Order: sequence, then structure tokens, then C-alpha cells
Amino acid sequence: MSYSITEPSSRQKTVAGFLVITYSLVTLIPLLWVFITGFKTPPDSISYPPKVFFTPSLEGYVNLFTTRTRVTPEQLEALPPPANFAEEIVRNRKMVIAGPSKFGERFMNSVIIGFGSTFLSIFLGTLAAYGFSRFKVPLKDDLLFFILSTRMMPPIAVAIPIFLMYRKLGLSDTHLGMILLYTAVNISLAVWLLKGFIDEIPREYEEAALIDGYTRFQAFYKVVLPQAATGIASTAIFCLIFAWNEYAFAVLLTSGNAQTAPPFIPTIIGVGGLDWPAVAAGATLFLLPVLIFTIFLRKHLLRGITFGAVRK
Amino acid sequence: MSENPIERAAAATPQPIARNVRGLSDRALAWWFVGPTIALLLAINIFPLIWTINLSFTNFKANRPNREIKYIGLRNYERILNDADIWLNMQATAHFLIWTIVLQVLIGFALAWLINRNFRGSSFWTTVIVLPMMLSPAVVGNFWTFLYQPQIGLFNYIVSFFTGVDPSSFEMLGSVDLAPWSIIIVDTWMWTPFVMLICLAGLRSIPDYIYEAAEIDRASRWRQFWTITLPMVLPFLMLAVLFRGIENFKMFDLVVQLTGGGPGSITELASINLKREAFEKWRTGYSSAFAIILFVTVFGLASIYVKALNKVKER
Amino acid sequence: MKRYLGLPVLALGGGLLSAPAMADDLTLCWAAWDPANALVELSKEFEAESGHNMSFEFVPWPNFADRMLNELNSGGQLCDLLIGDSQWIGGGAENGHYVKLNDFFDAESISMDDFAPATVYAYSTWPKGTPNYYALPAMGDANGWFYRKDWFEREDIRAAFKEKTGRELGEPKSQLELKEIAEFFQGREIDGQTVYGASIFTERGSEGITMGATGALYTWGFKYENNPGEYDMEGAVNSPAAVEGLEYYKSLYDCCTPPGYTNSYMGESLDAFKSGQVAMAMNWFAFFPGLYADPDTGGDKIDFFVNPPQNIPASTLGGQGISVVSYSDSQDAALEYIKWFAQPSVQAQWWSLGGYSAHNSVLNDPGFVDSQPFAGDFLEAMDGVQDFWQEPAYAELLLAMQKRLHDYVVAGQGTAQEALDKLIEDWTEVFEDEGKL
Repeated sequence: MSYSITEPSSRQKTVAGFLVITYSLVTLIPLLWVFITGFKTPPDSISYPPKVFFTPSLEGYVNLFTTRTRVTPEQLEALPPPANFAEEIVRNRKMVIAGPSKFGERFMNSVIIGFGSTFLSIFLGTLAAYGFSRFKVPLKDDLLFFILSTRMMPPIAVAIPIFLMYRKLGLSDTHLGMILLYTAVNISLAVWLLKGFIDEIPREYEEAALIDGYTRFQAFYKVVLPQAATGIASTAIFCLIFAWNEYAFAVLLTSGNAQTAPPFIPTIIGVGGLDWPAVAAGATLFLLPVLIFTIFLRKHLLRGITFGAVRK
Repeated sequence: MSENPIERAAAATPQPIARNVRGLSDRALAWWFVGPTIALLLAINIFPLIWTINLSFTNFKANRPNREIKYIGLRNYERILNDADIWLNMQATAHFLIWTIVLQVLIGFALAWLINRNFRGSSFWTTVIVLPMMLSPAVVGNFWTFLYQPQIGLFNYIVSFFTGVDPSSFEMLGSVDLAPWSIIIVDTWMWTPFVMLICLAGLRSIPDYIYEAAEIDRASRWRQFWTITLPMVLPFLMLAVLFRGIENFKMFDLVVQLTGGGPGSITELASINLKREAFEKWRTGYSSAFAIILFVTVFGLASIYVKALNKVKER
Repeated sequence: MKRYLGLPVLALGGGLLSAPAMADDLTLCWAAWDPANALVELSKEFEAESGHNMSFEFVPWPNFADRMLNELNSGGQLCDLLIGDSQWIGGGAENGHYVKLNDFFDAESISMDDFAPATVYAYSTWPKGTPNYYALPAMGDANGWFYRKDWFEREDIRAAFKEKTGRELGEPKSQLELKEIAEFFQGREIDGQTVYGASIFTERGSEGITMGATGALYTWGFKYENNPGEYDMEGAVNSPAAVEGLEYYKSLYDCCTPPGYTNSYMGESLDAFKSGQVAMAMNWFAFFPGLYADPDTGGDKIDFFVNPPQNIPASTLGGQGISVVSYSDSQDAALEYIKWFAQPSVQAQWWSLGGYSAHNSVLNDPGFVDSQPFAGDFLEAMDGVQDFWQEPAYAELLLAMQKRLHDYVVAGQGTAQEALDKLIEDWTEVFEDEGKL
């Protein structure tokens, strides 16, 4: 390769590198702005012109996790000295901490629903992918296309009858209801990706296992699964990211009990006014896991986002 | 490899084990694997879809359980297709769809082409570029409303820094002229990496020897690009357009957070209006018909497109 | 400080209610705003007396209707008690979301005559004006105005105003005067900062622009029907006066609002005022106690005025009644809460904490008008309140109006006449669907 005449010249490389890095940095600005706004005070966050240099503060994070009430100066005077830094920050705004906010709960809902639906998608998806990969299934291509086409439906279109169905079954605003729903949405991705991964595992391994006296299920469990482990792991992360980021169903089908973070974060408001640092803090905490997963996923990224249509 | 390795394995296996393998017929076993998935999709996708179709012929309102449900034939469809405001929604959707695809294809392809120069650190920067598309569109959309604030927002400030216009003199989200572009900018920021990745895969799938042959024929770089690079990447590009097209036709979360369809109804995409009809006005029958129209449109356009894609691939 | 603070007052309620056999967990749902915090404070006494546990689900205004109506329509059990908007009462009653309270009121001898008639009519009754009660008036409210008193009092500003208009600068006595003052402040430099005329409601998604624009429309003489109950809207909704009123609201939006306030509602209005950007702002009375207490722009820097009349005096009604949700498993405990809340002593405490009691014993108290700088304005506003449709189909009616108003006022499409004509078309369609036309 290195002596190939098609290898770009070093000047070409430098120019390309410069352009790509410039684009990357510009594209990062909004994300960096989210991150640093989380460490501003509310007045700093809405100052004009926007402040790039400022004294960092944890007020956004304190506001994210608490609800506060305003008190009169006399009441403030009468209080014992603040017990911790959070209370001190809040008291500086002539308020006291009234209790925890709902952010923790909503975040946990995201975790429960995200991991629950991921587990179920992977479980069902692996079985189905193995079935499609190894057996003669009648109308196989049609079924596979049918599974894929469920992804084309606008979420709101399906949401109407699901809303009615869940209302009858008592699944509205429950973790189980959301897990089943996200599984149904994710399963198309899971089946298509996993089928690709399993197709790559040579059949000879299972044949050998069958000859050794394994049953079909044992062969699947003891031979195929370990071979497909990497594929399963990356599929799982894709399912998790989808469930983690989903908004339309969450906003329509959940309210107090099973609401996840995406519909919650935009509704964070302060006492009498918008509280951008708290929103930014919530967004930072919420986006962080996905950023980390993305780094893990580098190799499988392309396959994941194209339903296995493009492999690299 | 044989068409049916199980048969082969079974034939080659001593009796007791063979019975083990054949204990369940292949077909029955297959359903054990595939069945649960199909059942789930039937319950949560197909059954609801059929229900939606049924509802679309009624005057049902989900918030009015005590009201008599009447079948009114195609009246809902008639009303939607004759509604000038719905056609404005469709125009807004088309404007959004076309421009996001054009911009993302151009920028995405250019980026992929540059990254394919294999400069030092290119894989690291690829990962950085990809970050926006992995995030939650609703959270991202919400935060962009902050960036777009006329005075305190960073976007206006940066624009004013480079152009000298007063940062409070224009409103990205509030003005009739700029709002459609503001949603296109955010969508492009978020999804250009997607197109880039697919193009990159396309570029890397072109074997070096083709270029070497062209080089020997003394074809110019420009000619090589038009006769080799572009045709070979085209199927990949078309795939990217398909995915972005379907996604942006369904677009809801990002835009609803950014503009909520405003100002007026300038950025009210079809799916935003659908949500209003279905879950705010609770015109369930009417919105079911609307949903079916949208679904048929996506499905129809996608099918035609896939046919074209397959033709390109065959060449 | 005229307000009597301090919790000891509450103690007098203790012992009135006998302890119930079982402690329930009650969830009260309301919007997330200043009065809600006051209600949490108030309810602590109920918890102590009854042994029930109260928890709260407060939803920010822009999502409040959406989420709560979704909750009711899905038969959800999240809320036992709901402080729902006045317009929901029709749907809440007809679809069986709310428990009818007549028998309970009779049994506990709670009389609706003890509450201000306008609030009972608007928050409690369905069909309108009949003695069928689905809520107890919980929070009286109307849309009012507040302004930077310190700027209005500055000699240099007063002189400049006089020179420009020939009038003394003061609280506007009509809508047109309000606009004149707003125009005067728009773009003016005060203490080195550019300030703007007025912050008004322009929100598109829920109810904002309708609530703001009706403040102008009503004073010009806009009516929903020529004859109440007959749904004859032609000539009422689009009367020449209504058209003029809507044109006025657009001109106020065009001339005198801060940049970027194209989709703003309560929160943005408060932000604009507190950050010193605007001379005047509209908002619900519910926020006035918080505004008055604000360390930067409250106190002697702020004063309040009722929505100025034009052809007639009128204000847009806000406010809510408290209802028991019929899907709740703890209806008895929820009713107990309402019984407790209806007591005059609790109502007095409610006002002192920043809630707007609708109880006559509070409103008719001789000291009421002077108890807060905005108390008199509040009484005046409540005398002339008008409300949106309260039909079960109110959401369809409201969203149609949101669209027509935002299309015209903010996006600048068409004329006021066209906007109101189209609105009649939309509404006619809804009422035809309803079988009412």
C-alpha cells in the first residue's frame, strides 16, 4: 500500500487534516457550550455578550437535583447556618431547599426502561436472528422485510392505538409498558444486526457440536452465543442508545410514574424563570453515558446505524 | 457448503443422537426461535396498525368515551386531503427534507473524501465528528433553543462576530424567513456524520487497483473522480439518502423542541401537526387517517426508491 | 411588611378534624409555579392534622394541559387531587374524570355562596352556571400588568415622556395609552442598558398567545357568541371591534416587545422583567407576590395595574378549581383535603402565603385591599373577567385559535379579518362535529 501511486501526497494529507479538524472543532462547540453552561450561575448563563470566562459554580447541578422555595429575609436570618455547600448556594439566592427534584427518579426510569428493553430486545432478537440465519423459515425474506418496515412507521401513527390499548390493559405510564414498546421498536434493529453477525459464524462449529451430542438449543447456547458475543454487545449498545434517547413515545405515554429523562429535561425550570444551568447540567449528565458508549462502539458504528446494510 | 447442514449432520450421526436432533422438526424448532419476535411485532405493531386503519373511518375521539362512535367512510381522508393547512405542513416537510438531504450529502461526502486521505489522527477525529448523532434529539433541540437566543445565545453572537451584524437584530427561531433554516442547520449539524460514515464505507470499498489502472491510462484526477469514485460510492450515498429521508419524514422530537412548529405554522412539519391532532385535540379518527396517509406516503416513496437503488447496484 | 408570616397561625386549625382510621398517600397535581410552592407549605398543616401523606406533581405550564389531560384521558391514577384549568371543567364533567361534589358539599355543609360568584361560575360549574359542582374554587386569577415604578418616577424619563406625548407618565388608563408608553420605552437607554416596551404572551404551543391577545380583544368588545349558548359566532368573533382589537395586539407585538420574544409565555415574561429588559409586562396575578418579593426588581421598584379598558373594562380569566379525580383510589382522603381547604382559616392562610383565595371571608375582609399592593387590582380584575370556551371540545377550539393568532400576530400572515374569519370556520367545524350546530 505505502508505495501505491494512489496514496495521497503529504501536502494533500495536511490540507485534508486541517479541514476535517476544523469541522470537528466547530461541530463540538454546541456540546462544549452545554458542558460549560452547566457550571455557570443563572445570571452568568444569560449574560450578554455570552461569557466564555467565568467563575465556575455548582449552582446548576444543585438546582437540578433540588426544588427550592423563596423565603423572606427575616426567615432566612432565623435559619441555622447551612449544613452543606448546596444549602449555602441556595441561600445566596434567598431560597431554601424544599426537597429533592424529580431528576433522579426520571434518570432511574431511563436506566430501568433502557436496560430492560435492551435485555429483552437482545434476548428475542438473538433467538430470531439465529432462527433466520440457520433454519428454513417460510416466507423468510418477507418476514425480514416486514420486521424492517416496522421502523418506517411514524411513532405518532402507532402511538394512537397503543395509547388506547395501554389504557385498556393498564400499561399506560408503567415501566413494563415502555419496555415492551421500546423492545418492539428495537427488535427490527436487533434482528437485522444479529443475523449479520451470526451469518458470519461458520456452521461447521455447530455441526461439530451436534455430532458431539449437543441438542440444537445447547449448540446455540454453548457454541453460537460465545462466538457472537462481540456482535451482541455492540447491538445491545445500539438498542440502549435508542431507548435512552427516545422522546416521542415517552412524552405521549408516560407522565408521573415511568417518565424518562428526555421529556423531563426540557421542562426543568427554576423558581420564577428559566434555569439554563440546570438544564445544561441535566443534559450533560444525560449525554455523558452515550458519549462513552460511542467511543466503545467505534468499530461497529457503521453497521449499527445502517441496520447491517453496510459492513466495514 | 450443503444447503442443509442439519440433514447432513443428522445423516452422519449415530441413531440415538439423530433422534435427539430430529426430536423437533426443523420447522417447529424455527418457530421457537422466530415466534416470540413475530408475536411481539404483531401485538405492538401490526395489530395497532390495523386498529389505526379501522379508526381512520370513524369519528372517534379518545377523550370522549361517552360519545357515539360512527363510521363515516372516507370523510376523514377527504377532509385531510382538501385541507390547505395540511398541504402547507407537507410543503414545510418537503422543504426540510430536501434541504437537509442536500446539505448532509454534500458536506458528508466532502468530509468522507477528506478523511479518506488517511491523514494522521483521522480515526480519532472521525469519532469526534460522529458524537452529535448519538445524542438525544429532544435534549439537543432543547439546548439549541438556548444557542439561538437573539441576545444571549452563542449562535447569534458568533454570527455577529464574523459578519458584524448586531446579534439582537435577527431571530433564528422567531422569524418567518429564518426559522425553516434554523431547523435545517441543527438537523444538518446532527446528522451529517451519518452520511459521512456511509460515504466513507463506500470510498473504502473501492479497490486500489482501479485507480492504479486509471493512473496508468493517464486519466486526470478529475476524470477519476467522475468515472470511478462517484459511481462506486453512489449506491452507498443512495442508501444514506434513504435512511435520512425516512427519518426526517418522521421527524418530530428535534423540531418540536426547537420551534414547536412556529412561528405561526412555518415549521409545522406533518408529524408535529399529527401529534397536535391526535394528542392535543384528541381527534382520534381524523388523526388516524392522517397517520395512514403519512405512512403510505413514506412506504410508497421508500419502495420506489429502493427499486431505483437496486438498479444502481446492479450496474 | 403587611403580610403576616409565620406558621403559628396555622396551629389554630389543629384538632378540628378527628384522626382518620387509615393514613393515605395523596398526590396533588398542579402546574409548577410560585403558588404551588405556597400550597406545599400550606398542606403541611393538613398532613399534621389528618395523618395523610401529601405528595405533589407539578408540571411546568407549557406542558401542563398536555400532560394532565393525557393523564385523565388514559384513566391514570397519578393524581388524586387535580387543580385543573377552568376550561377543562366541561370535559372533566362530561367524560367522568372529575367526581361530582354536590352531595359532598351538602353533607359537609360547604356552601358555594361563600365563594366569589365569578370564580364559582368559572371554576366549578358544568353546564355553566347550573348548580352542578365539579370543583371547589382554589385559586382566583386573571391576567394583569406590572411595570417598573422606579423608571416611571424618574424625572428625566417623565420629562422626556411629556415632551413626546404631552401627557404625564403614569399607569395607562386604556390599551392605546399602554401602547404609547411601550413605544416610548422601546429601544430607550436606561442606566446604560437598552430596554424595551412590554413583554406580552406570544406562545404558540399551549395557550399563551390566546390568553394574551384576548386581554386586548375583550376590551374592544370581542364576544364568542352573539347570543350565549347558541354558537352564533359570525359577527361576534369577527366584529369590526374584534378585528381592531386583534390589529392592536399585533401592533403592540410589532412595535414594543424585546427581540426574540416570539414564543414567550409566563416564564419568559418574568425573565424579561426581572432582567431589567422591559418597562411593562403582562402576567397572571399568581406571580405578583413573587414579583413583589423579588430582591432586584421588586419592592418599591414595581407596581401593578389591572388590564386597561378600551371600549369596555375586561380581563382574561385564569385560575383553577380543585377537583377529585374519579380514577383515584383515595377519594375519601381527597375529599377530606377539600373539606380542610375550604375552611375560612385555611383560606386566610392561603392568601397570606401567596395563593389567591376565592373565599368571600378573605376577599370581603376590610383589610384585604391594603394587604398587598396588588390586592385592589385583583378585586377589580375579577369583576370583569371573561373566559375562553369551557366546552368539552375546548382543546380543539383553543388550538385552532392558537394557530390563527400566531399565524397573524407573529408570523405576519394575512390580515386580522382573515384570521378571525378562519377561526370561525375552524370553530364551526368543531361545533358541527359536536352536533351543536
